[in-house]
Amino acid sequence: MKYLVKKLITLIITLLLVSCAAFIAFQVIPGDSVTLALGTDFTEEAAEQMREELGLNRSIPARFADWMAGAVRGDFGTSSQYKQPVSQLIADRLPVTIWLAVLSMLMITVISVPLGILAAKSSGGILDRMITLITQITMAIPPFFLGIILTLVCGILLSWFTPGKYVAPDKDFSAFLHYMIFPAMAVSIPKIAMVVKFLRGSVLRQLSLDYVRTARSKGNKESAVLVRHVLKNALIPVVTFLAMVTADVLAGSIIIEQVFNLPGLGRLLVVSISNRDFAVVQAIILYIAFVVVLINFLVDLLYRWLDPRVE
Amino acid sequence: MRQKRNDFNYRVGKVIVCAVVLFVLIGCVYTPYDPNGMNGALKNAAPSLAHPFGTDNFGRDVLSRVMKGAGTTFFVGLCTVAIGGIIGTLLGAVTGYYGGLFDEILMRLNDGLTSFPSILLALVFVSILGPGKYNIILALGIIFIPSFARVVRSEYITQKQMDYVKNAKLMGASDFRIMFVHILPNTRPILLSSLTIGFNNAVLAEAGMSYLSLGVQPPDASLGRMLSEAQAYLFSAPWVALAPGILIVLTVLGFSMVNEDAG
Repeated sequence: MKYLVKKLITLIITLLLVSCAAFIAFQVIPGDSVTLALGTDFTEEAAEQMREELGLNRSIPARFADWMAGAVRGDFGTSSQYKQPVSQLIADRLPVTIWLAVLSMLMITVISVPLGILAAKSSGGILDRMITLITQITMAIPPFFLGIILTLVCGILLSWFTPGKYVAPDKDFSAFLHYMIFPAMAVSIPKIAMVVKFLRGSVLRQLSLDYVRTARSKGNKESAVLVRHVLKNALIPVVTFLAMVTADVLAGSIIIEQVFNLPGLGRLLVVSISNRDFAVVQAIILYIAFVVVLINFLVDLLYRWLDPRVE
Repeated sequence: MRQKRNDFNYRVGKVIVCAVVLFVLIGCVYTPYDPNGMNGALKNAAPSLAHPFGTDNFGRDVLSRVMKGAGTTFFVGLCTVAIGGIIGTLLGAVTGYYGGLFDEILMRLNDGLTSFPSILLALVFVSILGPGKYNIILALGIIFIPSFARVVRSEYITQKQMDYVKNAKLMGASDFRIMFVHILPNTRPILLSSLTIGFNNAVLAEAGMSYLSLGVQPPDASLGRMLSEAQAYLFSAPWVALAPGILIVLTVLGFSMVNEDAG
């Protein structure tokens, strides 16, 4: 309980610091958003008036308080490129990103755990070597290039999907899922390689411990030793590793959304950076940063729950 | 103890690295065609003897562009690793050697920063600084500082308790001398390995940022940028995308194979 309270306080402080950083970072930007918004209509008076309207002529702490108060209520201001509330823009695009992340995590867990165990079990054998070689190669492929290869092979050569033809989930959900499989593959394949490598190491470390020898000498079958004794311990670090991969998956989807033309959060972020639409950028960065911090928090708790020896 | 399989890995990695580096070095002084020279008669031409990697939608020679683009990518990668490596080593040395409050604060900050995916941090930097070759170097360089600082710091913590350091202290060597003349050479294997990993990550990050058109800007060719331009013509000219992509994969694969054995 004491641990939980301590962690919660750290969490709140971290979130505050992150919001502070996200706010201050965008105060030092060269290039005034007012000048940009007015464009050719720029006059000193018009700029002054606009600053007044947007509250840009007040002190930084006052604006930070305002911004935070808005953020807590879910109000991040108005986007300068879409002339829409930022929260609305984000809410529209969030489901795509969440679906992509969920599908990717599903693929990563379902594929990498058996592969990792298989590699460890046949350690040194042909199968292990092949798995190791493939993981090494896949880890070297940048996710967006993997996306392009998938488009080329599955989309153009095999015609398993139509590249660039995204279907909104509320229009046709099965078509949406069908299309999403390929971006999810592009996000997850490099991560699968990472998790397989990690799990293989973890299982091999456990296999060399004394309790495994004991379990074997008691007459357990090799598979029983692996499943009932080794796996229980070997999976603990993998669970936390998987949780960390979640943050990576979110970040990776920023680029993959671009490759597959998905209208998600990452695409909105990239477009907004190019158009210097800082209200949107700030909100999305804050959003992702919060998710990352929360995931780390949950991982800490999960780790302690799985392995009570951890201080 | 060097295992046989790792030895094989190392050799293959070395061959790949040498080939890629040679390719890039040649590209700095000589390319078969002008990388930006357009040829309207030869749009999206398939690979041939005259153009081994084909031409793109402007009729530009893909081989020449890949050579030049790889040069830019390598330049960004090297500068990034230099910035991150030098500042990270200095910070790691000081915090590891002295410890104390400064160390504590810096390490907390380090933990916080490394928990964020680097592509996200790079996007924040770029949205503040604006895109461009030098901004991306600065952004990635700063982002990579913590990883170097952490590695060097832990190495200094172990090394500073060794006898040779005590010996040097007794001989009256200054802290500065102990840190950089005595300890630093002993961190070489670890440092080299993290420099290679850093370089790989920098290449991947640069390619990713340029792919999003937030990194290297035209007229500079870069591998990531070429990939994003090639994507629109994937159907009619897949070679334009494959050439830069495969070069990135070879670079990263080569360095990681060499590193796996050394580290």
